[in-house]
Amino acid sequence: MVAEGLRAYRLIAGMWIRSTMAYRASFAMTVLGNLLVTALDFVAILLMFSRVDSLGGYSLPEVALLYGLSVTSFGFADLVVGSAGRLGTRVRDGTLDTLLVRPAPVLAQASADRFAPRRFARMVQGALVLGYALVAVDIDWSVPKTLLLPVTLVSGAAIFCALFVVGAAFQFVAQDAAEVQAAFTYGGTTLLQYPPTVFGKDLVRAVTFVLPLAFVNWLPVSYLLGRPYPLGLPEWVAFAPPLVAVGCCALAGAAWRAGLRSYRSTGS
Amino acid sequence: MGVGSSRLYAAVAAGAFRRYATYRVATAAGVFTNTVFGLILVYTYLALWDERPHLGGYDQSQAVTYVWLGQALFAALAIQGGGFENELMERIRTGEIAIDLYRPADLQLWWLAADLGRSAFQLLGRGVIPFAFGAFFFPVALPDDPLVWLAFLVALLLGAVVSFAVRYLVALSGFWLLDGTGMLQLLMITGLFCSGMTLPLNVFPGGLGDVVRALPWSALLQLPADVLLGEADPLPTFAFQAVWAVALLAAGRLVQAAATRRVVVQGG
Repeated sequence: MVAEGLRAYRLIAGMWIRSTMAYRASFAMTVLGNLLVTALDFVAILLMFSRVDSLGGYSLPEVALLYGLSVTSFGFADLVVGSAGRLGTRVRDGTLDTLLVRPAPVLAQASADRFAPRRFARMVQGALVLGYALVAVDIDWSVPKTLLLPVTLVSGAAIFCALFVVGAAFQFVAQDAAEVQAAFTYGGTTLLQYPPTVFGKDLVRAVTFVLPLAFVNWLPVSYLLGRPYPLGLPEWVAFAPPLVAVGCCALAGAAWRAGLRSYRSTGS
Repeated sequence: MGVGSSRLYAAVAAGAFRRYATYRVATAAGVFTNTVFGLILVYTYLALWDERPHLGGYDQSQAVTYVWLGQALFAALAIQGGGFENELMERIRTGEIAIDLYRPADLQLWWLAADLGRSAFQLLGRGVIPFAFGAFFFPVALPDDPLVWLAFLVALLLGAVVSFAVRYLVALSGFWLLDGTGMLQLLMITGLFCSGMTLPLNVFPGGLGDVVRALPWSALLQLPADVLLGEADPLPTFAFQAVWAVALLAAGRLVQAAATRRVVVQGG
C-alpha cells in the first residue's frame, strides 16, 4: 500500500514537473517570486531587530535558528503534501471522483496533484536562514546536540505533513473552509518563527499539548541553547520530536481514512 | 455621470456585495484565520514594544490596535490581492474582455463599483469579528470622538480606491503578459510589505521608512490606521490618498486605452 502510494506519487509529481519545465523561463520567474515572497517574513524579523537587540529575550541568530527550523520543515511539508489543501475544491466540483476510480491511493494522488516545484523556494529560503543561524549562533556543540538537529528537521517536517493531511481530511466535511487549514499550517509556521517566551502561557500550552507544534523547534532549540524550557517541561522532551511525529502521522492517517469514508459524491 | 449610470454602478456594487455574502463558510473560515494571525502578531508586537516602548511613536495599546486593524482590513482592502483582478485577468486571457468592451458601461468604473461592493462585504463579514475579538481580549486605543471614526471611514474608502487602482493596473498587464502569475506575486509582495501589514511603516528604519511612506500602498493600511489612532491629521492624509487615487486611476485609463487598441489589432 505504501509502496504503491509512493509509486503513484512519483509518477504524478514527475508528470507535473515535466509540464512545469516545458516553460523554463516562467518556472524560473515563479521560483524567484516565491523566494522573494517567503523571504519577506525574515525581512520583517530583520527590520524588527534593526530597532531592538532582542525579542522575548532571544537574539537575532537565536530567532533565526527558530525561523530556519520552522520554515525548512514547513517548506518540505508544503512541497510534498501542500497540494492536498485543494481537496475542498475537488469535493465541491466533484472531480474527486476521478481520483477514487484510479487504482492508486487517493492521498498520494491528491498530494501529488499539481505538484509545484516552485515550492522548493520556501524550503531553500528556510535552509539559507538556518545556515546563517548555525554560523552565527553561540551553541556549545556536543554529540547529542549535533544528532538532534537533523532529527528535529525530519520530525518537524513529518509533524507539518500530518497537519496538512488532517487539514485536507477536514475539507471532506467543510468543503470551502480551506482558510481554516491555512490558519493552522501557515499560522503554525509563523508562530514558531518567534520565541515561546513571546506568547501567552495558554497559547504555548495549546501548541505543546493539543497541537504539538512546540516539538518542531521550540523544545529542541531550548535544549540546543541551554535555555529554560517553556512551561517548565523536563529536559528529555527535547528528544521527543520523533515520537510525537509518529503519533501525529498515525492520527493524521486515521483522520484521512475517516474523512474519505464520509465522502459523498456530488453525483455530477 | 447621469442619474441612470450612477444607479447602474450602485447596482453593480450591491450585486458584488450580495455575491460575496453567499460564501458563508468561506467567510467564517476567513474570520477564524484572521483571528489566529492577529493573535500571533499581537504577542510579537507586545514583545517588540516591551523591548522598545514608543517604537514608531505608538504606545503598546496603539500597536495592539494596529494589529487588529490590519487583520480587519486585510480582506476588505485586498492587501495581498485576491479581489476582482483574478477574474478580470481571466477574462482578458480568454478574450471575453471583448464582450465587456462593447457594453454601454465604463470598464474601469464597472470594476471599481464591483470591487467596492466586495470590499464593503469583506469589511463587515470578515473584519468586524476579529477586530471585536482583539478589542475584547487585548488593551486597545480607540477614539471616543465620532468625528475621528468618520474620518477613518473616509480614509478607508480612499484606501480602497487606491487598492483598486493598483490592482486594475496589474490586471491590465494581462493584455501583454500571457501569464499573470508573476504580476500577482509582485502585487502580493508590495501589498504585504509596503502597506504596513507585516510591520507598521513608522517602525521601518531611516530612508527605507521615508520611501515606503511615500508609496501608494501606505494609503491602504498605515494611513487609515494613523487617522484612527490620532497619529495623522485627516485632511493632509485624504489629500495624499486622493492624489495617488487620481494618478493611478488616470494611469489605468491610459493603459486601458492602449490595451483596447491591442484587442482590435488582434481582431477579437
